Amino acid sequence: MEKKIRVPLFHLAKREELSKKKKFIIRIIAIVAALLLCALLTALATGINPLEVYGSLVGGAFGSVRKTWITLQDLSILLLISVALTPAFTMKFWNIGGEGQVLVGGLATAACMILLENKIPSVLIMLVSFIAAVLAGALWGLIPAVCKAKWNTNETLMTLMMNYIATQLVSFFVIIWEVPKGSGKIGIINQNSHDGWMVQLFGSKYMLCIVVSAVVTVFMYIYLNYSKHGYEIQVVGQSINTAKYVGINISKVIIRTMLLSGALCGLAGMLLVGSINHTITTTIAGGQGFTAVMVSWMAKFNPFTMIPCAFLIVFMNRGAGEIATNFGLNPSFADIMTGIILFFIIGCEFFINYSIKFRKMSGGRS
Amino acid sequence: MEKPQAAVSMRNIVKTFGKGVYANRDVDLDIYHGEILSLLGENGSGKTTLMNMLSGIYYPDEGEIFINSKPVSINSPKDAYELGIGMVHQHFKLVDVLTAAENIVLGLDGALDLNKAKEKIREICARYGFEVDPDKKIYSMSVSEKQTVEIVKVLYRGADILILDEPTAVLTPQETKKLFEIMRNMKKDGKALVIITHKLAEVMEISDRVAILRQGKYVGTLITKNTSPKEMTDMMVGRKVELGIERPEPIDPKLRLRISNLSVTDAEGIQKLKNINLDIYSGEILGIAGISGCGQKELLESVAGLQKVDSGSIIYYDDDGTEKELVGMDPVKIKELGVALSFVPEDRLGMGLVGDMDLSDNMMLRSFRDGKGVFTDRKSPHERAEKIVKQLHVDTPGIETPVRKLSGGNIQKVLVGRELYLRPSVLMTAYVVRGLDINSSYTIYDLIVFQKLSGTAVIFVGEDLDVLLQISDRVCVLCDGQVNGILDGRKAEKSEVGLLMTSLAENHESVSEPAYAKTGSDPEKEGGN
Repeated sequence: MEKKIRVPLFHLAKREELSKKKKFIIRIIAIVAALLLCALLTALATGINPLEVYGSLVGGAFGSVRKTWITLQDLSILLLISVALTPAFTMKFWNIGGEGQVLVGGLATAACMILLENKIPSVLIMLVSFIAAVLAGALWGLIPAVCKAKWNTNETLMTLMMNYIATQLVSFFVIIWEVPKGSGKIGIINQNSHDGWMVQLFGSKYMLCIVVSAVVTVFMYIYLNYSKHGYEIQVVGQSINTAKYVGINISKVIIRTMLLSGALCGLAGMLLVGSINHTITTTIAGGQGFTAVMVSWMAKFNPFTMIPCAFLIVFMNRGAGEIATNFGLNPSFADIMTGIILFFIIGCEFFINYSIKFRKMSGGRS
Repeated sequence: MEKPQAAVSMRNIVKTFGKGVYANRDVDLDIYHGEILSLLGENGSGKTTLMNMLSGIYYPDEGEIFINSKPVSINSPKDAYELGIGMVHQHFKLVDVLTAAENIVLGLDGALDLNKAKEKIREICARYGFEVDPDKKIYSMSVSEKQTVEIVKVLYRGADILILDEPTAVLTPQETKKLFEIMRNMKKDGKALVIITHKLAEVMEISDRVAILRQGKYVGTLITKNTSPKEMTDMMVGRKVELGIERPEPIDPKLRLRISNLSVTDAEGIQKLKNINLDIYSGEILGIAGISGCGQKELLESVAGLQKVDSGSIIYYDDDGTEKELVGMDPVKIKELGVALSFVPEDRLGMGLVGDMDLSDNMMLRSFRDGKGVFTDRKSPHERAEKIVKQLHVDTPGIETPVRKLSGGNIQKVLVGRELYLRPSVLMTAYVVRGLDINSSYTIYDLIVFQKLSGTAVIFVGEDLDVLLQISDRVCVLCDGQVNGILDGRKAEKSEVGLLMTSLAENHESVSEPAYAKTGSDPEKEGGN
């Protein structure tokens, strides 16, 4: 039973709250380490100079004025959806139905554009599609919220299933509105009249998304942190019993918050259809409803922190295509790199919360 | 006095959390086989941290640990088990959907033979007097059964040094008695036992020696039979402490709250309150006694507007005599009625406060709706938090610290402080000093008595009968959801209350009440049983 004493080489100790600067430095180190590992992997797996690969990543995102605008536009959409999901997450209502809420918002916009073409002025179509998209998204958020509030159903499952309903709804209407018949696609809506195409701000067709997303992000930050509603959301998210104890109507908060969350997702759908693509497909949301879940979490539900998080993902996505064309690499290679970078960024939280204490050499025994 | 070699010796143990926060500082401790050692100290004095280092959860920054005189290094709970050290934590670490036996063998190496395990579990139970059904699922167990499973789990792994972290905090007096019986059996068997507790009566009853910590430092060890609660308290606090509760006569008591024929059924369809009739006067403390789960929670929550009521009424009498019905109201409506009702619930972090929010945000819980507009007022809660920290000596790094990071006593000060800040005309407290050290407890008692003097009607639900009989003007004993007697707190005997707690009285003739409660006959009361 003799057990040799062994002082561990290191042990973990919980850290006190680190200063912002130190946290920032740790995160930067993590990103640099991730880039080094990616570089190593690139060199070993493909034999291509990693610097060139990085170069074309940057090129893919910012290679030209147009590419830069598109990157910013993609960023704004992902950010908008992430921010839209955040009030629900703060309330610990796991809304993974962003995808569906975006889709129905888009579908509502497409419906307004198609059905109202040449019937009312374009400006009115925009207004009507805005209202319709927001209502549609809100409805998609409302259904799981009501079920949760009334019968305590599982919101994760519910919102997920609502995604499939939305996808099927879109397929259904795509067949009804397909142009030309038999193509199974809608094509560009109102290609000639441009009826219902969203306005261009500052003479740029990209600006609308960026401005809307910026406004919503600021709004959400203020809403969550300084409003009475935001406070209620936080209390409900932290402790249902405490919320009851202070007389917060929990059902009301759940429903109200999901209406907001869904409505903002619907707004993102409107932008996707009315401002960017001018068409609707089942894949128009492109999985961003799910990516946004990750962005929101990574940013710890802080709308402003979501900007760099969303940027990272958009940047890598945009670069992926470029890598594929320039080096004949599979676009999955960029996904691998995204994965490594995310792993490091999330992993470095450990070092922010814990410190590693090494064995003291002067301990007298070893 | 000849002592065998120590089972555990800890020497110069230092543990810090972050910069300059010493949880333990130069602590020396010896634990012997065949004895029960009490570890005593105020909240945050480092008792649990010290024991966590013994059980492999933390690793000491400095110092040495010897087991049976051999230096050891305990890096993980597994190391601790191998050295024969087992700890039963305050918060149970059991898997709800598994059975007792499954929980006990969980995490052990080697082939899984549940039948053999059950055999061994029964053997352990028979040896020490446990009552455990190895096939019972954890979720269907009472708190005391869960605790038993935890202890058996530790013994199953061959522990001969057992650490129990506040085991009695969650137990009824009867269950505590049973636990102590088992502890004595283990002691006879040569085990070394450490019990962390705040209750001095228990320390006197169960332990052989008492080791005292103060602010992370080791103060000294006393032989239990040669000491007194007074001496222990003085050592714990570091100065002389008066352990008395003032009980001034109620000043100008007036009927404040009349509960008539109140009946409540819980979500599972069990009747929790049956025809409760109770009057509460301003300027008095009404103590509520009863074994746990006999309706105290439902009674308080009914008044607070948190509990659905089957029938009956709760009338609030304003200073000018206006009657206000509270049944059917929620906390917001009660506040809108102009009734200043404060409630310190049993579950502090789960109900009274939000653990992850800071002090200032927790102050807002009661007042965030105040003021017009959509934005919350952040400034006044912050000021209020600062005031409470200052007045009640809350030990906190700052206003921006999440309350769950504070120690139990300080958490309670924040909660009580917030509730008293509302200048309540009715104050309800449930187990307000549970888990608190002596010093904090008496601070809280003083605050409550002060409230009483300012004319508040206080409903004080407690579990410690000694305290209940010291602080209450009247004691209402609940039994099985019924009022089983209302006694004069100044005259009532502990045994009398104990009897009323456990067996329903035939009639309430024996009820004695102070004069002010008899004035004005009320017909409803007589129809009460």
